[in-house]
Amino acid sequence: MNAANPDSSPESSMAECLLRPGNTNCGGCGMSTGLTMLGRALENESYSLVIPACCGIVTAGAFPTTSYNVPVAASTFASSPAYASGVAAVNELNHDPDDKPGHVICWAGDGGTYDIGIATLSAAAERNENLIYFCYDNEIYGNTGGQRSSATPTAAKTTTTPAGKGEKKKEIIEIMAAHHVPYAATLSIAHPEDFRDKIRKALEIRGFRFFLIHSPCPTGWKTEPAESIELVSLAVRSGVFPLYEVFNGIDYRIQAEPDGTDPARYYEKQKRFSGQEINLQTVKRNVQEKQARLKQLAAL
Amino acid sequence: MQLVTGNHAAGHSMSVAGEANRNSRGVVCGIYPITPQTEIVEYIARYPFTKGRVIPVESEHSAMGVCIGAALNGARTFTASSSNGLAYMAENIMVAAFYRLPVVMVAVNRTLGPPWNIWADQGDSLMFRDFAWIQLYCDSNQDVADTTMLAFRLAEDPRVLLPVMVCMDAFIVSHTSMEIELATQEQTDRYLPPCRIPHRLDQEHPRTVGGMTFPQETLTHRLELDEAMKCVPDVLEEHRRNFKEVFGREVAGAVSAYRTDDADRILIVSASISTTARKVIDKRRERGEKIGMIRIKLFRPFPGGQLRELCANAEKIGVLDRNYAAGTGGIFCHEVRACLQGQHDRLVQGYLTGIGGGDVIPKTVHEVIEDLTQRSQAGEAVWKGIDP
Repeated sequence: MNAANPDSSPESSMAECLLRPGNTNCGGCGMSTGLTMLGRALENESYSLVIPACCGIVTAGAFPTTSYNVPVAASTFASSPAYASGVAAVNELNHDPDDKPGHVICWAGDGGTYDIGIATLSAAAERNENLIYFCYDNEIYGNTGGQRSSATPTAAKTTTTPAGKGEKKKEIIEIMAAHHVPYAATLSIAHPEDFRDKIRKALEIRGFRFFLIHSPCPTGWKTEPAESIELVSLAVRSGVFPLYEVFNGIDYRIQAEPDGTDPARYYEKQKRFSGQEINLQTVKRNVQEKQARLKQLAAL
Repeated sequence: MQLVTGNHAAGHSMSVAGEANRNSRGVVCGIYPITPQTEIVEYIARYPFTKGRVIPVESEHSAMGVCIGAALNGARTFTASSSNGLAYMAENIMVAAFYRLPVVMVAVNRTLGPPWNIWADQGDSLMFRDFAWIQLYCDSNQDVADTTMLAFRLAEDPRVLLPVMVCMDAFIVSHTSMEIELATQEQTDRYLPPCRIPHRLDQEHPRTVGGMTFPQETLTHRLELDEAMKCVPDVLEEHRRNFKEVFGREVAGAVSAYRTDDADRILIVSASISTTARKVIDKRRERGEKIGMIRIKLFRPFPGGQLRELCANAEKIGVLDRNYAAGTGGIFCHEVRACLQGQHDRLVQGYLTGIGGGDVIPKTVHEVIEDLTQRSQAGEAVWKGIDP
């Protein structure tokens, strides 16, 4: 992990990993890559995870084993920010006066964030709890086999929207920005430096910090596992998933401008959008509108 | 002595218990208002804890969620709720017990709606009778103050490590003032050891609390809950003795028998109805009737053994329930029947009294006794308080 450290052996490197070898996650799972990147960004930091019902807790494996190398509390589906508020409050009451309290991190899917958990999330954000919330967004209820959530994009076919979803995806970053949280940002596993830098930046900020990770799910998206990184890269380049951050709900900064890549290249690789040509025109228009709006906000 | 309501008594005992953990990992509570317990969480919210944080959340579900997170990180935790608030909290109520976290919750028993009704009925807390929470039903303000204090000792005892629900009747106890003794901080510090949660999150030994388990491990988990529950009656007695040493007064135990020694008929009651029934028993005894009563305070684990002994010589037993399990009758009555089954063939009759907060007055109890006395066999639960 740390090439500059001469004492660093493969064994000690392994001990530093957040996600230990041997978990049962699917090939091409964006969440798994996200966890690995999270672990690297948090090297030498003391932290605990709170994970609601989602693939993230299944990742731990069956008791008494666990794939996680840090303390983890499993929470009920809607509750991760509430449990994390309790954990963080006790950390604040007990930390060494010479040191910062250990970080408390929620690691939740889009169902637990956009849908069932949104009231709990909103409340913790409004209270500006000192915790870091990650939503790995695979745009479906992946753990239950791929049902629509309010994060599912327009036109995507899921087991509960067999003809393609008609509605628009919620703008969760804007929802969080409307809570005036100190920091909210998007992350792509195709941009590891940006991923790490934003997390390191967030560690220096106190209060509620929110991250949205675009997280491919080959099983649910009907995509090739080997193409996961390429897919999310296309999403950034085409403007489908812009990389940006918002400070205090008002200060928008864009990290990656679209390079002219046609969004169709992103959609065409996914069987969940197959046979949705008419809807795709709407989707492209949505992407353009979102880009324009984001630029306006960043210019303010 | 101080003149305080049941809510004040509960809020005070919980707050001094929280403060008593100031030299350990402190106290953290999630709170949310609902009539008629709101005064309790208000009391907690304004308490000047040396090492604590009270988090006013957006729902009961999250109030318990905060308590769970804080307890998993080693803090003393408590909250209060009622009625539909408890129903909304249900999923996390279950987790607190299954995670073996010694959360103390005061449940002010209020009718579940609709139709909307804020008065006393035990149907809310009794929903959670099978969730591995210890349940104690209080009969008076002093009992609320002392039982709430004792609840921490019981919940945090390493042989138990289970959450405790301390229940009181809405308004009859929660909003009625009585002169009682309140615990001082000095007494509380002597009574409560620092809260220690052995399986709390630990950076040195990273564990995943609450991951998947297969049937065999789940069976072991349930068996351990059963073992902990079985310890409760003895541990409760032990901490009642400690309580008397520190506070100089008795706190009622699992069951309290009143004039049952030679009784041919016994009434079984709980919570504030006990205080009314006791007076009626005295009246009937003055008339030479051999009648007694048993107050059940510990509902979970159910004190079946003690009840079997106390009821051994009675011919007829009447159970007064301020709760209604739709389709079957009163819940205490079913539990009493189940625990006496196979012992002696005696008549156990259920009465639904004070449902939805109706008054249970001496006349109600007299009518129950008259019905019980003339009965030759038990039947379906008798509804009391229905206007003819």
